[in-house]
Amino acid sequence: MANTATVDELGHSPEVRGKNYLNQTAGVWSWLTTVDHKRIGIMYLVSVLVGFGLGGIFALLVRLELLTAKKTIMDASQYNQAFTLHGAAMVFLFIIPSIPASLGNFFLPLMIGAKDVAFPRLNLLSLYLYWIGAIFMLAAIVTGGVDTGWTFYVPYASGVSTTSVISATFGVFVMGFSSILTGLNFIVTLHKLRAPGMSWYRMPLFLWSLYATSIIQVLATPVLGITLLLLIFERAFHIGIFDPTLGGDPVLFQHFFWFYSHPAVYIMILPGMGVATEILATNSQRRVFGYKAIAFSSVAIALVSFLVWGHHMFVSGQSELSSAIFSFLTFFVAIPSGVKMFNWLGTLWGGSIRFTVPMLYGIAFLFLFGIGGLTGLFLGMLSVDLHLHDTYFVVAHFHYVMMGSTAIAFFGGLHHWWPKMTGKMYDEKLARVGFALTFIGFNWTFFTQFILGTRGMPRRYYNYLDQYQPLHAFSTYGSWVLGLGFLITFICLARSLKTGAPAPANPWDSATLEWQTQSPPITENFEKAPIVTLDAYERPAEETA
Amino acid sequence: MRLDPIELGSFWMPKQSSTIAQEIDTAWYIVYWLDVVMFVGLMVPLAYFMYRYKRRTAKDKVSDVTHSTTLEITWTIIPSIMVIGLFFVGLSGWMKAMVAPGNALEIRTTAEMYMWTFTYPNGNVSVNELVVPKGQPVKLIMSSKDVLHSFFVPEFRVKQDVVPGTYTTVWFEATENRDTILFCTEYCGVGHSDMMARVRVMEKADYDTWQETGLMPGEKPLPPAELGKKLYATRSCNTCHSLDGSRIQGPTFKGVFGRTEQIADGTSVKVDENYIRESLLEPNKKVVSGYPAVMPTYKGLLKETDIDALIAYLKTVQ
Repeated sequence: MANTATVDELGHSPEVRGKNYLNQTAGVWSWLTTVDHKRIGIMYLVSVLVGFGLGGIFALLVRLELLTAKKTIMDASQYNQAFTLHGAAMVFLFIIPSIPASLGNFFLPLMIGAKDVAFPRLNLLSLYLYWIGAIFMLAAIVTGGVDTGWTFYVPYASGVSTTSVISATFGVFVMGFSSILTGLNFIVTLHKLRAPGMSWYRMPLFLWSLYATSIIQVLATPVLGITLLLLIFERAFHIGIFDPTLGGDPVLFQHFFWFYSHPAVYIMILPGMGVATEILATNSQRRVFGYKAIAFSSVAIALVSFLVWGHHMFVSGQSELSSAIFSFLTFFVAIPSGVKMFNWLGTLWGGSIRFTVPMLYGIAFLFLFGIGGLTGLFLGMLSVDLHLHDTYFVVAHFHYVMMGSTAIAFFGGLHHWWPKMTGKMYDEKLARVGFALTFIGFNWTFFTQFILGTRGMPRRYYNYLDQYQPLHAFSTYGSWVLGLGFLITFICLARSLKTGAPAPANPWDSATLEWQTQSPPITENFEKAPIVTLDAYERPAEETA
Repeated sequence: MRLDPIELGSFWMPKQSSTIAQEIDTAWYIVYWLDVVMFVGLMVPLAYFMYRYKRRTAKDKVSDVTHSTTLEITWTIIPSIMVIGLFFVGLSGWMKAMVAPGNALEIRTTAEMYMWTFTYPNGNVSVNELVVPKGQPVKLIMSSKDVLHSFFVPEFRVKQDVVPGTYTTVWFEATENRDTILFCTEYCGVGHSDMMARVRVMEKADYDTWQETGLMPGEKPLPPAELGKKLYATRSCNTCHSLDGSRIQGPTFKGVFGRTEQIADGTSVKVDENYIRESLLEPNKKVVSGYPAVMPTYKGLLKETDIDALIAYLKTVQ
């Protein structure tokens, strides 16, 4: 049986026994100069988790400040920096690179039976660019902070703010190249390095989602780069692109910014959808229902994502006709998202469902993405958006999508692939406690904010009306439960590195290729290049009988 | 500023205090109930499958159905029709919110870090207080002096960004004879969350009286010195002129009336009714020596009665 497979049963020869990508070579230098996609993936994983921790601390500080209607622990300018850094760290340091650069880097080659990505050195360069960008962002924090909001809206960011806007935006600019290079690498790898027999339709659906994500990364990120560069020039040399006192147009900045940043929302969510698909398929023990529908809906979301940026700007002063067109197109994001949802349910139907820790995250993903997706319909409606725009309703909605869906899928994926990456099993009981607190704390914190938003509470407010205080306090209490949940999860995973039992090759009895090598894998991934004879998620005949 | 809270009309929404609020709320409830039905429609099967298909043995028989074209088409087309319907529901209310009636009262609105200034058709000005008549469409012609701001009145369900270098407009017709709150909803800096204003809705007759006399409904005319004291605070005299003899931007008001001041050009002047009047209307004509000539003119911003009141008040500051 696959779930008890040992190294011997995988047919590894005695020479590779006991060797893996972690112990092949040793020392910091061997890591810093590695071109192994697995080691790069691990370094990305550690980096994005640090980014998540940083963003999380700022999040808890923001919530703590909002415990009371006036000053609680910090003054207004510190608060403005805290929410800006929360947003910037979570978006640029954590969520955009999170799944693709860590789990994607590690598993994309394994899942197609390849030895590495197409351009291993470029892969390492992309990690270094991420680090350099992150250093600029951290430098901004210590040299005066940033208080513009993660959106860097002009003319505040170009002419008024006295904080380190240039350092922060330059950091984001550099990290953009990291994102482009990763996307490019994945596209070429998927086209050129699939194992014999691994046709496009035999690829695990996670890879379709990464493919769609990569297309967006390559096509949209340059626009962000140009925009931020213009912003830097405007701030430093007063060139007059966006600032009306110099002859510029502040609404133009919003068009440029959202032309990237809306597709970027799908850079964030598509990989999460892909991870959820893997978890649901593995733990239902059956082939994914509607494989092609899920695959093409990823591509459809990627394409539609380029046509809906204006829905961030319904009240910005853009033309009424533009708003109407953008609203109409926005609703078509709902269709492929709905198709995915239905097919995930179809995958559970008639399956043999195990409630492993990753599966709990997978089911939580369906629940939270359901809420996150459906509440998007409110904001797509022109008239309703007039009331809800820039209120806590929007905050709640995108946290349900970004955190409730993507971050939950990321942590699900982390638990799913942890045994493969580290060769260790974690304490399932403790992991369940961590999950439960995260799930409860998340809904506690953010569902409350839907109510705050419809009642008119604006975003990014340091002081607020007394009448909103009870709900704000309630939301803050939830954030403590949420923080505790993540803390327990981190402790659980960290502990497993020391005390965890050795992981078998395929602990979840999964049908995809990355489980057909030892845990952790050898540097070359597979001792013999695999030949694929089965469809995606299909099991050998004797096993399904 | 003391503001009354926003009153709730339901669990979710503030009271409906404008003519378009009801249509926007109806649209909100349509998508709300649709979402509730769809969410339950997704979660009930999810819960049922979790129960029904929970693994019993390692050899559970699993379904080998991998797709259904009929189902795929069904769950593509039905949601498509639903969301197109939602689009039109949203469009309809929004078109009404975008097009102001021709007879709307136009109020020029200026946003800056961190205050709202409203200029009415007869030249009257109010700061951080928007006064509008009930039952008449009001159209705001808005612009910003510095960064982006946004005009949001939750009870009216209207929102529009205020942009430097261009005009944006918003309109509403208030239906409730009561005060409510205006928020700035585009992040604009350190004072963003304090950039609120009171919206005072009153009967048309009361509005006309206020325009003419500055008196709110039920308000008796103040004695000149008291009105002057109020103006000293509300028209920002106090940001430059102290009452206790300390120097801020301009000369202190302590004992100002009757004092003889050295003027920058070398002459001197005794502070009397005419000098105060002149300094309000043409402040840079006779600047007291040693002070910067930075005071803005109040020409057109103060009524005759206001000037009289300020003079009366300054006589009392000793």
